[in-house]
Amino acid sequence: MKVPILRLRDILLTSIQVEMSDEDAVAFQTDLLRTLAKTEVKGIVIDITGLSVVDSFLARVVKETATMAQMLGAEVVLTGMRPEVAIVLTEMGRELLGVETALNLEQGFHKIQLLIEGRAR
Amino acid sequence: MAVSAIPLKTPADVVAARELARRMACELGFGLADQTRLATAVSEVARNAIQYAGGGMCTVLGQTGPDERVVVVRVEDDGPGIHNLEEILKMPSLSGRKLGSGLEIARRLVHDFQVHSEPGRTNIALMMRRRIV
Repeated sequence: MKVPILRLRDILLTSIQVEMSDEDAVAFQTDLLRTLAKTEVKGIVIDITGLSVVDSFLARVVKETATMAQMLGAEVVLTGMRPEVAIVLTEMGRELLGVETALNLEQGFHKIQLLIEGRAR
Repeated sequence: MAVSAIPLKTPADVVAARELARRMACELGFGLADQTRLATAVSEVARNAIQYAGGGMCTVLGQTGPDERVVVVRVEDDGPGIHNLEEILKMPSLSGRKLGSGLEIARRLVHDFQVHSEPGRTNIALMMRRRIV
């Protein structure tokens, strides 16, 4: 399963639409970072509306991806987390995810632009 | 009573196992948060079976009693066993890639959690309950 990565000006937009296995998550991370390095964008928005489970492995991959992207000069915002996923992630330990989030794609888009501006200053 | 089982061999089987558990919880009328708690716990335990025991078996059982509904998910493997079980279940920390974090997370997400482990046989049971009103 390959997650499409779209470029919109200086942002990469990506939406995970199906459940991810550990292998899928690692492949997605590699693909995203390669695309980031190639396109030299300043931000990444990852929409997870399609994910009904974010377990400790996936949370860690997302957190690591955000850290790696920041090392490559880009900001990351996670959008579209389902309320029940937020509940369970909090019960598991909030520090598990540790990445900027926004309710939906529109708010995420706004937030990533603010983060990019903040970094440029 | 309804039972389904699935072998755990590949990462895709972990996804299948947690979906099986979620579907059973959904059919028995569990709310979205409880469905997600159970699915997440199954994911942690099933991954451990593959990672540390080379695979295993996941059985999902749904039951309706006179005043409650129950989903039990059993994950079994014939791996080396969890030798530091006590220590893992006492562990407050969630950080790191240690075996313990997944098991400890699973324990906190479900209503009842049982584990029996010895060399050659590990058996973990996760249970969610819902009172019928």
